[in-house]
Amino acid sequence: MALTAVSLRGVHKRFGDVAAVRGLDLDLDPGEVVAFLGPNGAGKTTTIDMVLGLSSPTEGTVEVFGIPPHQAVRKGLVSAVMQTGGLLPDFTVAETVEYTAALFVEPRPVDEVLERAGISRIATRRVGACSGGEQQRLRFAMALLPDPALLILDEPTQGMDVEGRRDFWRAIRHDAESGRTILFATHYLEEADAYASRVVFVRRGEVVADGTAAEVRNLAAGRTVRATLPGADVDALGALPGTVAVEVRGDTVLVRSTDSDTVARHLLTATPARDLEVTSAGLEEAFIALTGDGGGQQLSAASEAGS
Amino acid sequence: MTPPLDAAAIERRPVPPLGGFGPAIVRLEVRRLLRNRRTVIFTMVVPTIFFLIFGLNASYGPHPVGSGNESAAILISMAVYGAVLATTTGGAMVSIERAAGWSRQLRITPLSPAAYVVAKMLTSLVLAAAAVGVVYVVGSATGKPHMPVSVWVLTALLVWVGSLLFAAFGLFVGYLLPSENVMQLNGFALMLFSFGGGLFIPLSQFAPLLRTLAAGTPLWGLNQLVHYPLAGGAFEWTWVANIVVWLALFSAGAAWRFSTATARV
Repeated sequence: MALTAVSLRGVHKRFGDVAAVRGLDLDLDPGEVVAFLGPNGAGKTTTIDMVLGLSSPTEGTVEVFGIPPHQAVRKGLVSAVMQTGGLLPDFTVAETVEYTAALFVEPRPVDEVLERAGISRIATRRVGACSGGEQQRLRFAMALLPDPALLILDEPTQGMDVEGRRDFWRAIRHDAESGRTILFATHYLEEADAYASRVVFVRRGEVVADGTAAEVRNLAAGRTVRATLPGADVDALGALPGTVAVEVRGDTVLVRSTDSDTVARHLLTATPARDLEVTSAGLEEAFIALTGDGGGQQLSAASEAGS
Repeated sequence: MTPPLDAAAIERRPVPPLGGFGPAIVRLEVRRLLRNRRTVIFTMVVPTIFFLIFGLNASYGPHPVGSGNESAAILISMAVYGAVLATTTGGAMVSIERAAGWSRQLRITPLSPAAYVVAKMLTSLVLAAAAVGVVYVVGSATGKPHMPVSVWVLTALLVWVGSLLFAAFGLFVGYLLPSENVMQLNGFALMLFSFGGGLFIPLSQFAPLLRTLAAGTPLWGLNQLVHYPLAGGAFEWTWVANIVVWLALFSAGAAWRFSTATARV
């Protein structure tokens, strides 16, 4: 029987009076590539710390492959690429990896992980002389050493330039093909869209949406149907099932709906509408709608999809 | 990797013995420390220069002391100075490593906090051995210090092992203070302790009150003890008491700070 890679059950984490995580439930299956999205202070890093055994939940349970996180770390089942820091500037790239390799039982060869992270040619460079992107790929190389079944990336491309981000994700994507479970926190929505098979939105320490990138997009704002229709009947359009909002701009009408097919069919068959256009809302809009304040309406929709 | 993983496969995955400790990490730590020019200058070059200045002095250097001469006594004192600087530096590295987030990084590896501390102490001991070795080799090359061969060997070993007291001090300070202050404070504290221990000026030249106070400082007992094979005379258990009390204090302080630090990170 295959085990759940990560299992969080009713997890709460409080720091004094501040509740960073409030009743989080989450299961990750082996092989999933999951994006963990949310605004600053949503509880992403706090949650990741608990999955890595760096802190314990105030309430609830966290398991990694069915065992407590610190044991999973000792067995090399889980490793992570942390946001910043965590490197000594006076080690070389290769020494940093050698040091880390020495801590594991049967690690992957140093040369191999350097190669896979794309930093073989800077192996002898001092860490302090490496760019942010190179340091991040070094952290990735270190994370590959135990050949972990679960790899966690906490905002891995923060502060990288476009090229650095592309190179980094190329390495990750290549790696994900091996069947590794990957959980990455990010605030670059396009990264979630492009690389995740599943997107989990968190807000104020709770999961507010969970699904594929396309599902989550739909959930928040649906699609927008745009048509040229002079004198549009706003009430009739608003009464259609799934309609979220109707807006008229001169001769143009915009209908936001979770059921764009019905809106399009209505417009084309019951009205003289023309120049019809259906566009999907970006993950960006979904992100704002789901994680910003006053997203009450979307929240109820989100909890349905989460079940 | 061979997914899917089942409970039996998870159970079989090995946990490293000794909390992840091994000789490779000590080797890499030593290499890193020796690459730091400041560390090498303060722990090896400065004590050697002090010996060359004070130990070769023609007016008191040849003066007999126990089974040897004053030059040998000064050589031992300078070896103590270099060795305790080395172990203090080695222990206090934890401060810099915590500030860099390296300690946190290590928390997501199998390395246990206790194994980390053991690695730090062994690294400190290697650096201390180098510090003692350099002072002794240079001292011997000058031909001025005189003592029996057994005393050369015995004092070198005593200084080396005794310097472990200051690895505990370095760890305590390293876990206590932020990295930007720790090295300055160590340099200052060790200078004070060195005067108190009689490393630079013989305690016999101190005023009686100052001499009494000096006997309570952490280098006093160690410095008396390591000179005993050379100087001879009466063995004083107060030396040992001084070492034991300070070792207990530094270790307890380090353990206390260590437990709060690892609980938080």
